[in-house]
Amino acid sequence: MSLLIYEKSAPGRRAANLPRLTPVEAAVKVRIPAKYFREKEAELPELSELDVVRHFTRLSLKNFSIDANMYPLGSCTMKYNPKICERVASLEGFSSLHPLLPQLRGGGMLTQGALEVLHETERWLGEIVGMDAFTLQPMAGSHGELTGMMLVAAYHHDRGNRKTKVIIPDSAHGTNPSSAAIAGYSVVTIPTNAEGGVDLAKYEAAMDGEVAAVMLTCPNTLGLFERDILKIAELAHQRDALLYYDGANLNALLGQCRPGDLGFDVVHVNLHKTFATPHGGGGPGAGPVGVKARLIPYLPTSIVVKREDGSYALEYDRPKSIGYISSFYGNFAIILRAYAYMLLLGREGMRRVSENAVLNANYIQARLKARYALAVDRACMHECVFSASRQVEHGVHALDVAKALLERGLHAPTIYFPMVVKEALMIEPTETESKEQMDELIDAMLEIAEAAERDPAKFQALPQNTTVGRLDEVKAARDMCFKA
Amino acid sequence: MPYIPTTERDRTAMLQAIGVTDVAALFADVPASVRISGLNLPPGRSEVEVYEYLNQMSHRNTHDLIGFLGGGYYDHFIPACVDALASRSEFYTAYTPYQPEASQGTLQAIFEYQTAICRITDMEVANASLYDGGTALYEAAMMAIRLTGRRKILLDSGVNPIYRNILYSYTRNLSVDFVEIPAIHGQSDRERITAALDDKTAAIILQNPNFFGAVDDFADVIEAAHQQGCLSVMSVYPVSLGLLKTPGQMGADIVTGEGQSLGLPLSFGGPYLGFMATRMAHVRKMPGRLAGATRDANGRRGFVLTLQAREQHIRREKAMSNICSNEALCALRALIYLSWLGKGGFKDLAHICAQKAEYAKTRLSAIPGVEVKKSAPTFNEFTIELPCDASDVVSRMIDRGFAAGFPLGRYYKGMENYLLVAVTEKRTREQIGLFAEALEGVL
Repeated sequence: MSLLIYEKSAPGRRAANLPRLTPVEAAVKVRIPAKYFREKEAELPELSELDVVRHFTRLSLKNFSIDANMYPLGSCTMKYNPKICERVASLEGFSSLHPLLPQLRGGGMLTQGALEVLHETERWLGEIVGMDAFTLQPMAGSHGELTGMMLVAAYHHDRGNRKTKVIIPDSAHGTNPSSAAIAGYSVVTIPTNAEGGVDLAKYEAAMDGEVAAVMLTCPNTLGLFERDILKIAELAHQRDALLYYDGANLNALLGQCRPGDLGFDVVHVNLHKTFATPHGGGGPGAGPVGVKARLIPYLPTSIVVKREDGSYALEYDRPKSIGYISSFYGNFAIILRAYAYMLLLGREGMRRVSENAVLNANYIQARLKARYALAVDRACMHECVFSASRQVEHGVHALDVAKALLERGLHAPTIYFPMVVKEALMIEPTETESKEQMDELIDAMLEIAEAAERDPAKFQALPQNTTVGRLDEVKAARDMCFKA
Repeated sequence: MPYIPTTERDRTAMLQAIGVTDVAALFADVPASVRISGLNLPPGRSEVEVYEYLNQMSHRNTHDLIGFLGGGYYDHFIPACVDALASRSEFYTAYTPYQPEASQGTLQAIFEYQTAICRITDMEVANASLYDGGTALYEAAMMAIRLTGRRKILLDSGVNPIYRNILYSYTRNLSVDFVEIPAIHGQSDRERITAALDDKTAAIILQNPNFFGAVDDFADVIEAAHQQGCLSVMSVYPVSLGLLKTPGQMGADIVTGEGQSLGLPLSFGGPYLGFMATRMAHVRKMPGRLAGATRDANGRRGFVLTLQAREQHIRREKAMSNICSNEALCALRALIYLSWLGKGGFKDLAHICAQKAEYAKTRLSAIPGVEVKKSAPTFNEFTIELPCDASDVVSRMIDRGFAAGFPLGRYYKGMENYLLVAVTEKRTREQIGLFAEALEGVL
């Protein structure tokens, strides 16, 4: 069993090597009365630097990662993160830049490089998704959704519209209804039809004057292009409802078509999915939001503007703005990585991403559909969704299939999502996986399907080849042990 | 094609398996009217071209100013082992740990990070991270509203003005009443706070040290709040906790803060780290992810994400927050940093910062026309009054190679002549001396 870092502590050991005070500095009396001091020292571990290095090096070896494993996680777009993007993010001229500098008189000229990165990234993203302007402030996809819903609210408020509802399909990501609710809206859920799209009749019936926005993912979470998208947009716009694009699945559309041309008014993009910035084990991400021209006045404060002399500046005086979404300009070092990635890809690279992402997903779908039940049997986009329903007949659930893959050193697909598919197995290979790697996953899944029929009882004990076996989640929730 | 491994041969075999003749057939559902032949973007560039281009762009940012600029974001040194360990790709290219057996490295690190936050703040439970200090404070305010069922929030004006702007922006479409209590002489106005507390108040929001640098002990304010059934939310600067009385000791109910100073580069505003800690009694109303300890079938200890019934992917519109991806890698950096500092280093670092700041005060107060405000004790940041507009002075100091501090007039009316000066362990005695000389020179 691996010890916690606190369990390795040895009193008297020390890694920290801090600067010493000069005698003059040390001689000055710090005038903080004793009653303002903490009572006892914080029980941080006492370790040598090698202890610290070994602890975290060993911990790192207990992770799956893109650099070592394929992650066929639907809706997550776990593509390779090019190393050059890491290198540019650590350039001193960017990494040491204090975010308050532009707020100092004359300070804006000290940050021209960073402001240009922001401005150019906004311009590139605008062209890619067909939007007129972008804010890079949101720090994750769900943060982008909330920003988008706040923009929707500001737009309607400004026009004197009384709108209270947001329409969301039942196949949507959980963040969609949650973000809409936090922006103050009630949620109307629309069911999915037999072809995997929005049930148009029910949508039309729900579309009334109270609807502020419709939140859609396209392709949707079944990996299917929304065939009725143009009609959906038209119906929304007739009622002055705005169409919101959840960019989680943008990888499928890069360079093929643009959400802005499909009728979307507000878009968020996940830089940590489509634009190859690393996931970091759960962030930091970035969720920039793009809007059509009529929503520009409401964008968060501040925005980057290019002056006539070619220099860049931040504009704070924006009376209709929704205000501050993040403390500064968003997750700058993530934005910088994504900008580098876009420069590397360029025009033709964008299109090849979507072509290959879609080709790969269809290949997996074609090879697995004989043994796994497809949620909807039609050509998919960048991901394919199966149900483990045939395996369940033998007592093997989606979770068991997932654990059997871990046992074989392969990461599991997204499971039990989308919720509209029972026992869902959602697979997104991305464009950066090779045919050999996909074949390994496919062969393993075919083997698992066979084993499910032959020897279903064995699944319960899996995985065993991992650093720990199947963990007791009920116990974790009951014990509520969140710290050492 | 960079990053795409598919060869012509692979493509042919895959198309055959699918049963179509070309990739275009797979996009048949996209209406012809909206298809594009290509984006209006330049062609892709080589790796060296991208590097050179961005390297040049980075040189159009300053990187040699001597920094006394803080305002909640500090220029602390980052030990080499933080970069070395956090840049292991087993950490940074991992996904969110939904499959715990494949993610014990990340999960154990989160559990250890939660522990570290609890230990420095003296609180009972910390979440796995939020976006930044400002959004963490907003989440804390909403949490207090959920816990009390009340809608009024008292807000001390000593709370970082950027955080306050965030609070106002996020709650614009929700019915939350903010009552801002102006500070007097840079300190919390206890009389007005106590008078404003009532049985409609969900929480009082405080910051320690406050934006002006003043250090306080809010135990009495928190006690008064509790008497009205009202919660206390405190935003803290984590490095100061090496010395200062902890929010836990003061009785705070929810603690948040900006974790940038714990081993994260300034990076022009992000990614940063919002931390949050509270009492166990409130854990089910806390937003964000939580790692918990459990066992596998063989009795081995392991870690999982738990209490997920609070979260958006289960509760959808009834979730405690919409947060999903957070700042796991930043939390890892903070944990490595705190582990490297250790028990003794954490205290020593705070001591060094406080001592250097006090030394800077003695140097600056010797300048004719400069007054160091002495109404409250300070930690590593303090307010000075200048004989003229602080923005002008800052601008002139930039020409001399210094980021002299933050002019308070930007956010506080009537404080145009006041400058907020921060000192970290990176500032040498010589630099502090040069700073004082330059300031005297520009006045």
